[in-house]
Amino acid sequence: MANLSIIDKLKRSKILDLLQEGKRIDDRALDEPRPLVIDTGVIPHANGSARVRLGDTEIVSGIKVQPDRPFPDMGDKGIFMCTAEILPLAHPSAETGPPQPDVIELARVVDRGIRESGMIDLSQFVLEKDKSVIGLFADSVVTDHDGNLFDACSYAAVAAIITSKIPKWEMKDDIPVLIENQESDAPITTIPISVTMGRIGEFIIVDPNIDEWGCLDARITITTNSDGNIVALQKGGSDGFTLEQLVKCSELSITIGKKIREIVKQATEGGK
Amino acid sequence: MGGREANVVLLDENGIRSDGRKVNETRKVTIKAGVLKNASGSAYIEFGGNKILAGVFGPRDVHPKHMSNPDTGILRVRYHMEPFSVGERKKPAPSRREIEISKVIKEALEPAVMLEKFPRTAVDVYLEILQADGGTRCAALDAASVALADAGIPMRDLVCACASGKAADTLILDVNNEEDQAGQADMPIGYMPNLGKITLLQLDGVLTADEYKKCIELGLEGCKQVYEIQKNALREKYFSSGDKD
Repeated sequence: MANLSIIDKLKRSKILDLLQEGKRIDDRALDEPRPLVIDTGVIPHANGSARVRLGDTEIVSGIKVQPDRPFPDMGDKGIFMCTAEILPLAHPSAETGPPQPDVIELARVVDRGIRESGMIDLSQFVLEKDKSVIGLFADSVVTDHDGNLFDACSYAAVAAIITSKIPKWEMKDDIPVLIENQESDAPITTIPISVTMGRIGEFIIVDPNIDEWGCLDARITITTNSDGNIVALQKGGSDGFTLEQLVKCSELSITIGKKIREIVKQATEGGK
Repeated sequence: MGGREANVVLLDENGIRSDGRKVNETRKVTIKAGVLKNASGSAYIEFGGNKILAGVFGPRDVHPKHMSNPDTGILRVRYHMEPFSVGERKKPAPSRREIEISKVIKEALEPAVMLEKFPRTAVDVYLEILQADGGTRCAALDAASVALADAGIPMRDLVCACASGKAADTLILDVNNEEDQAGQADMPIGYMPNLGKITLLQLDGVLTADEYKKCIELGLEGCKQVYEIQKNALREKYFSSGDKD
């Protein structure tokens, strides 16, 4: 591991010692994610929103839905876009300015999990083929950083999308015109759930907190859909995994993803 | 990305793919080591229609200085596509996609390079995609490994890379551009064969748990084939008769 401070090195040896006894620094089991709390409808100005706490990591996601021009090669589909930002108040190390590669990766991994699962039926977002479509923008901000932003942002974006209301537009003289008070539920086909796991030495831990995050050898984020199939995956960190470890991670992502999907389902039912 | 159309025949009734390959066959790969004069090490790869140039500089002084680390050297990777490398002109400035790919390639190479031997220095890897034809990140990683070895930088292993995926409900090796656009899944894999470690792994698309495992195993077969080509490229430069060592 490059770029470790002295404190991180001491932490790593402590964390590794504990793992050898089957324990984690915050008393969780190795395959136990932190408590997940989801509140929806927290931003009334947004078309859908959620505040998620995963342990002490906190995210706010808001959905904006608005007419847009389609991508040139996809005139028969609406637009979906996901962004993520670590706000400067989220952590002493967070800075303002152009996004760093790790933040770009965060946004792209969250986007990929949702996009590749086909969660939103974008074919229902066409106002006029090749000319005008509906765009759904899911913007997530990190307000408190305590590790594993991938999953926290992903759960927040997914919960916000499920609870979003899609306004109705009709084409008049080539211009989309908003029809008041005719909102509908978002066309949801599946619920993608990401599970991020880290490897420290030989140990695989689920949902690393910020102390563990600082000393991971490698990490992997696996997103599954409601059928339990794998829809997206991203390995990160300065080391690798063996095939056996990757198979174990896929099994963990399916079983834990199933439990988390139930929490997301319950939290979003009230908001609908 | 995203648009998965089914109107191209990706696999015919004889199990032959749109470019004439079998399901477990890679495209033609050629690698040449030491193609640039000024770089410390370099390589040129043609991976099917991909044409990629890799140049390595260093270990050298770090600028800006605050990036240097007193405990170890640092690795910096820039993956960059030329405006003329794809169908529609690509804007020359680095896109978010290129920044992400630079990061995953860097993290795929780090376990292989013995950076701890060169504290306070940087090794810079520049990957220029002259022509893109699907699977550029794997091909770029293959070229980067050879260029690092060509620069004489101590390594634990070469990192070899190849994608596997799924098209027409069949697992396939080395996904080409057409199959990436119209297929069902694309899984780029980077691998260090001597250490049995997978150092790059991504996935776009849907796979069952069983397909996931088989897909990795298929990809690793492709990686091992590329590994031999990488070693041959180095042999050809340093043992010009091409003899096995």
